[in-house]
Amino acid sequence: MSDHTSKQFDAEMEAIRSGVLSMGGMVERQMTRAITALREDEDARLIDAVAADEREINHSQVLIDQQCAQIIARRQPTAVDLRVVMTVTKVVNELERIGDEIKKVAYKSARVRGNDQLTRLRYHDVVRMAMGAQEMLRKALDAFARLDVNEAADVVEEDDEIDVAFNGVMRQLISYMMEDPRTITPALEVVFIAKSLERIGDHAKNISESVVQAVKGKDVRHATADQIRAEVAGE
Amino acid sequence: MEARTQPTTHATMLGRTPPGAAAPAGSAPPPLKAESRGLSFHYGKFQALKSITMPVHEHRVTALIGPSGCGKSTFLRCFNRMHDLYPGNRYEGEIVLYPDNTNLLDRDVDPIEVRMRVSMVFQKPNPFPKSIYENVAYGLRVRGVKNRNLLDDKVEASLRGAALWDEVKGRLHEVGSNLSGGQQQRLCIARALATDPEILLFDEPTSALDPIATASIEELIAELRRQVTILIVTHNMQQAARVSDYTAYMYLGELIEFDRTDTIFFKPRRKETEDYITGRFG
Repeated sequence: MSDHTSKQFDAEMEAIRSGVLSMGGMVERQMTRAITALREDEDARLIDAVAADEREINHSQVLIDQQCAQIIARRQPTAVDLRVVMTVTKVVNELERIGDEIKKVAYKSARVRGNDQLTRLRYHDVVRMAMGAQEMLRKALDAFARLDVNEAADVVEEDDEIDVAFNGVMRQLISYMMEDPRTITPALEVVFIAKSLERIGDHAKNISESVVQAVKGKDVRHATADQIRAEVAGE
Repeated sequence: MEARTQPTTHATMLGRTPPGAAAPAGSAPPPLKAESRGLSFHYGKFQALKSITMPVHEHRVTALIGPSGCGKSTFLRCFNRMHDLYPGNRYEGEIVLYPDNTNLLDRDVDPIEVRMRVSMVFQKPNPFPKSIYENVAYGLRVRGVKNRNLLDDKVEASLRGAALWDEVKGRLHEVGSNLSGGQQQRLCIARALATDPEILLFDEPTSALDPIATASIEELIAELRRQVTILIVTHNMQQAARVSDYTAYMYLGELIEFDRTDTIFFKPRRKETEDYITGRFG
């Protein structure tokens, strides 16, 4: 994208974009911590760090939204600038919600800890789901940073996989609970963890759809993965 | 125009196209009022317009945007044969006015007749050095209208149409140039409306006005499109975005892109258009 005649406008747009990327970096760091909390032994400091990350993410959301409102009020962006600003307001919203979900994962994982019947579950499929969600988040942020619609389309396709994994975990937990009612309480915690991870995948998908809108000018929010792939391939 | 015939219940109000906005994407475009076909224009040896083909939709506002010298004002002026006033100017191609398929540029077509059907409002308000009443009645008097009642009615209707009546009804015989800038511009619009034109041309109508007067002219344009078809040249891109249904981007005498205003300002097809409207030009 070539530069604006107004260098100040360029600087303001760049500040917003880099703000989103650094917010994305915070969410990724938080995600890494939550996955560690899920896998390893109890570490209260880790949970505290995840909570601190979440506060920082919330702060970024408010700040970037303010910057977007300012740029709309003062510059009346049009065309690609308008599409990018609209995308940014959506992306920071999704990132903030991802931050909330990650916090839930970390808190719940602390509560499941030490319950022998469920450790096998926790260490396998749920962790694998978490890694999948983390990868989707990374790709979605990368697609935003480079306005890469192909990578965005990949993320949308990957969301189907995480949904399948979620259903698998659900089935497994249900059979556990039917076999032994004493597992119901911890199993429900794991259900919530899996649900949060599945939601993180959804939010990453939403980020990717916003990227497609910024680049292509077309709202693909309720389109299928195939339709999005076709839209991205067009032109 | 689609909303006026319907009863204004809440249901129809919710479903209708808001005033000032074009019909939703995907619906059929309104009929054509005029069309420029392969229009080129030369000022002596200099070619200012290069084969411009563009539709003008009836009861819609079409904005012409582009950097200085792109030919947008030249193009606008072709619509009422303003260029005839200077020697050495030459048209090629045609501007067809519907529904009668008249080519406005045809030598056999009287430019005075054209200007009755296609009126113009200029950048700077230019009332005649006459009373408010006579400014509006002028076009009718030139046409030979003498009936006092008819003139009175037409002057009132035109001033009402230009949203000026309430402000001047008590002083119709004062000199027009005593009005404020915004009022003078509305007086010029009333003068243009008095001959019942089919198309109104606006050449940067608000560039000499303050923001409040600008807003009232823009509001007026939104109202006027119910009765006339409007073409407007503006340097203010936000104004084009606010008032128009269709936008044409011109550069160096060529029409680069013509589309619905919603499309032009959100996702134009051409990179040149995108660069211009986002301020990356130059």
